[in-house]
Amino acid sequence: MTTTVATTDHGHPATPTHVAGGHPTNTGISNVKIAIWAFLGSECLFFGAFISTYLLYRGRDTIGPKPKQLFTIPFTSCTSFILLMSSLTMVLALAAIQRGDHRRFRIWILSTALFGLTFIGGQVYEFTSFYRQGLNLHVNLFGSTFFILTGLHGAHVTVGIFWLLSLYSRSMQGKLGTEESEAVEVAGLYWHFVDIVWIFIFTAIYLVPYH
Amino acid sequence: MTTVEDALTHVETKPVNRMLQRPRSTTGAWSWFTTVDHKKIGILYGVTALAFFLIGGIEALLIRVQLWGPNGTVLTANQYNQVFTMHGTTMIFLMGMPLSIAFGNYLIPLMIGARDVAFPRINMFGYWVFLLGGLFLYSSFVLGGAPNGGWFGYAPLTSTPMSKGFLPGHGPDFWTIGLIMLGIGSVTSALNFIVTVINMRAPGMSMLRMPVFVWMMTVVAFLTLFAMPIVTAALMMVYLDRNFGTNFFNASMHGDPLLYQNLFWLFGHPEVYILILPGMAVVSEILPVFSRKPLFGYSVVVFSGIAIGFLGWGVWAHHMFATGIGPVAQSAFGVSTMIIAVPTGVKIFNWLGTVWGGAVRLATPMLYALGFIAMFTLGGLSGVMSAIVPADTQQTDSYFVVAHFHYVLFGGLVFALFGGFYYWWPKVFGKMLDERLGKTSFWIMLIGFNLTFFPMHIVGLEGMPRRTYTYGAGLGWDLLNKLETVGAFLIATSVLVFIVNIVHTKLRGEPCGEDPWDARTLEWATSSPPPEFNFAEIPIVTNRDEWWHRKYTEDEDGRLVRLPAGAATATAEPEAHHHIHMPSPSYWPLLFTIGLPILGYGFVFKNWWLVGLGAVWLMFGMTGWATEPSTEPGT
Amino acid sequence: MRAGALVAAITLLAAGCNGNNNKQNSLHPDGPAAHKILNLFTPFFWIAVVIGIGVLVATIILPLRFRRREGNENPKQVHGNSTLEITWTIIPVLILAVMAIFTVPTIFQLAKTPKGPNVIHVDVMAHQWWWEYKYPKENIYTANELHIPINRPVVLSMTSDNVIHDFWVPELSGKKDVVPGQTNVEVIQAEKPGTYLGQCAEYCGLSHADMRLRVIAQTQADYDTWVQTQQAPPSAADLAEFKKLGTEYSCTTCHMFQGVSKAEVGPNLTHLADREIFAGGKYDLTFDNLWKWVLNAPSRKPNQCPRLPQPDPCKVGMPSMEKTFGMSAGQAQDIAHFLLTLH
Repeated sequence: MTTTVATTDHGHPATPTHVAGGHPTNTGISNVKIAIWAFLGSECLFFGAFISTYLLYRGRDTIGPKPKQLFTIPFTSCTSFILLMSSLTMVLALAAIQRGDHRRFRIWILSTALFGLTFIGGQVYEFTSFYRQGLNLHVNLFGSTFFILTGLHGAHVTVGIFWLLSLYSRSMQGKLGTEESEAVEVAGLYWHFVDIVWIFIFTAIYLVPYH
Repeated sequence: MTTVEDALTHVETKPVNRMLQRPRSTTGAWSWFTTVDHKKIGILYGVTALAFFLIGGIEALLIRVQLWGPNGTVLTANQYNQVFTMHGTTMIFLMGMPLSIAFGNYLIPLMIGARDVAFPRINMFGYWVFLLGGLFLYSSFVLGGAPNGGWFGYAPLTSTPMSKGFLPGHGPDFWTIGLIMLGIGSVTSALNFIVTVINMRAPGMSMLRMPVFVWMMTVVAFLTLFAMPIVTAALMMVYLDRNFGTNFFNASMHGDPLLYQNLFWLFGHPEVYILILPGMAVVSEILPVFSRKPLFGYSVVVFSGIAIGFLGWGVWAHHMFATGIGPVAQSAFGVSTMIIAVPTGVKIFNWLGTVWGGAVRLATPMLYALGFIAMFTLGGLSGVMSAIVPADTQQTDSYFVVAHFHYVLFGGLVFALFGGFYYWWPKVFGKMLDERLGKTSFWIMLIGFNLTFFPMHIVGLEGMPRRTYTYGAGLGWDLLNKLETVGAFLIATSVLVFIVNIVHTKLRGEPCGEDPWDARTLEWATSSPPPEFNFAEIPIVTNRDEWWHRKYTEDEDGRLVRLPAGAATATAEPEAHHHIHMPSPSYWPLLFTIGLPILGYGFVFKNWWLVGLGAVWLMFGMTGWATEPSTEPGT
Repeated sequence: MRAGALVAAITLLAAGCNGNNNKQNSLHPDGPAAHKILNLFTPFFWIAVVIGIGVLVATIILPLRFRRREGNENPKQVHGNSTLEITWTIIPVLILAVMAIFTVPTIFQLAKTPKGPNVIHVDVMAHQWWWEYKYPKENIYTANELHIPINRPVVLSMTSDNVIHDFWVPELSGKKDVVPGQTNVEVIQAEKPGTYLGQCAEYCGLSHADMRLRVIAQTQADYDTWVQTQQAPPSAADLAEFKKLGTEYSCTTCHMFQGVSKAEVGPNLTHLADREIFAGGKYDLTFDNLWKWVLNAPSRKPNQCPRLPQPDPCKVGMPSMEKTFGMSAGQAQDIAHFLLTLH
């Protein structure tokens, strides 16, 4: 989403403080940044509902396939690690654009998207393999909760990848200058959020042992 | 003023190479489709929500006609179930919330001295989602059956696949998808309110100088922001259970039907406060103006509102006392429900304290505000009765509860919003609503309301359950039900008088000045209706109730003293205007939003071509939106 | 005027308290649980009435007393008063604390399940839209009418195999939901012989309003007699007739007839003629009601949707014999005659 900046009165000696490259606000933080923080707060509750559901239903099934039979923890750990690394490249991308290094920015933003894509690839592989072993949405509670929770997270990552690619293409068109680095920062906040959520999901689904 | 109009820069630039030529006009019929002006959007919200209020009201009349006597045959069981489901859904999601948003949208920027909300185009998007979501829900009546699982849509009734015949028709599919859609709209307007209030206050407008209205709407925005995603998750699970065979609420696969209720009420109880706090917000503005006194205990009222916002998250299971949650949970939630009564009671006393010792003008807005205090108190008290858990097991799901929440939501929210109509009508349309018609309408409504809902307490305790399309003869409920039906038609009459009043005012009303009520807050410091840019010069705020303090001061006894005329404008500089950049109108919010119902119909009928079309449409809309700047670069 | 209306309303409420003897009135308790609930509710109800009247009177008196008139246009600007505000915070807190002190112990008392030889156990299964009762010890299986002896606690273990229902007999106890996948326990006890009415109180779909029930409280002797008749094979048993019906109209696909069919989809018909009501308690068991029901049940109690694409075949409730098998009114009357001999 672009920065839809509010209307302001330029003529006034205002108490509102100036944001770098932006318009004066009461807090000194730009509107978009507050909005994305609030939106992510909302998202916390959304994922919270699904994660709680997963935890509530964890291990309730009497019929398989069960998680123990299906999981390949090393594989999922690898893709998870790649996803977490993408947060690092995201930080590097932001730092690059902030100091005006657009070439490095493009490299890092593209690698972030690629890491995300790798994670999604891993997820697709995992879903297919589980499905072949008989897990689907309706065979048991684990199937329902697992596919929906990880699927929704995957959808968020996918949206993030599109977002990053749109930044990349804006940069390639020369429409993303250093003064617009906040657009990258906001995308980054979303991206980090999606990564952090995965830490919780990964713990809830894969790490806590099943009985 | 004219100098400012000239200074206002509008889109008069060379066409940029884009997908669509940008709309230019900010007046005329077409401008209502492309506007990004928070005031116009507020009016759109208001008109649309009022239309849904009438539709929901007609549904209420159908319910009352059916229940006039035992074994009513006006509606079939399935029709009745659709009507009561849509009555609740409409009044909550298509009337209560959007009508509150209408007031918030129009007033928040004016009250805090801003020129618009933070994200004008997202604001318009929120409106389109509301309108199209509402039309989407109502299209179900002709497309396979309206929602018939109740506004709460308990699983597994709603979540069992249609083939099992638990609920005939596509009702629950329309209901889940429709509410998810409306939820997206309310979250965007919540985001807008939050950012606007946090970031766009006029110089000097500190948080504790904000009008109580703005405070309460901010609490509402936070509640909406955090409550909506929870119900979205629950609705998704219902939809998936029903259409894709997942087992979230399928007991035969060890799913837990009560999980749905926990999720739903974890949203649903904050939702109650999302609906009632705007009522409190409006009343807190009306009472001081018509008593010529400041609000008694401003900070207590504000902090009570915030406390209600927090405590509202800890009482949800009081909707589930009969579900077998066990005595420990029952006790905990019973006590938390009693606790939330405290800040609510404090507010009532503070409102009465505002009237005490004032110089009270009993104009229509004041009548509604006083009606609000009285009726809301009764609703609050019956609510406290339901916190006595054992007593609640007799009251819940009976007409007693129907009486309770109508006292809160009709006696509370609707009374307050009607007061708000009369109070702010001159600001919005430049003409005063007729007082005589207004007072007539108020008294008919007050009598009709009590006649409709007071007897429900009694029939409820006498064993009449809610959501029943019929009842047997010989249960002794006939007389009270007849009274209720008569009362419902009285309410309808008073709404009719209100509509007559609108038409009368439009045709005959005299223009009023900028401040006909001698009011207190900043929206009255500009012309009626306000110009597109709200204020010629952004006011510098030095006081709570800034506008009042520009007109009055206190002598050493604390009595009111009017300042000499002209003093009020002393702070405003008449010239030295710079360009006021207002956001430019846009087609994209509407174009983008059209993708949502397409997607929605795709999901309801499981037509993947439609889903695909909707998704592509949204991508197209997103791209167009993103490549268009909020404000066209002007000269 | 508003105060007048209020007084009238409260009088009406008091009248409702004593006046409406509909056997479904929570203000007319006849069991220990219902008594306990009403005794807890009543004092707080009157406190609420007093507070309510106080606020109502204030909203009328204050605006009139402080009406704007010549000389008072410029009232003293009072911004608040901490003492007052603290007072009216603390007083409600105290009242509510008292309320909590009385409420919480009652919650725990009502949650107790009695044990011992005196206790009767009944398994309740809620269907769409009727009630099934099984007495495991007595080996009784019946529908819609719950027979209990007076002055003995009856423990109902309730569950559902479809959606959530709610068991509510106001004069005996409060509501308890009947939730699929869990067994909720409700304890009822009647103090006097008589018929107590109730109905499902959780919205459960199309015929929710028609899912009624009655509890028939009897003296121990009458109850014992009832138990014996229920345990005996049907008195006028003509097994050949059962079998004929079963094959001709598929009755036995859904209904149990002792000795012929063990189906448990619809209510057990073995002792149908001993009941007062049928069809989820919507109709009295009369010949007229019964044959019309047999002929076309959905027209008598909605159990599928007549206006919308119908679930085909009807998954919930008894189908129309007229439409399914071309049954005539005469045949339905013959069947009803026969059913009414099943004692």
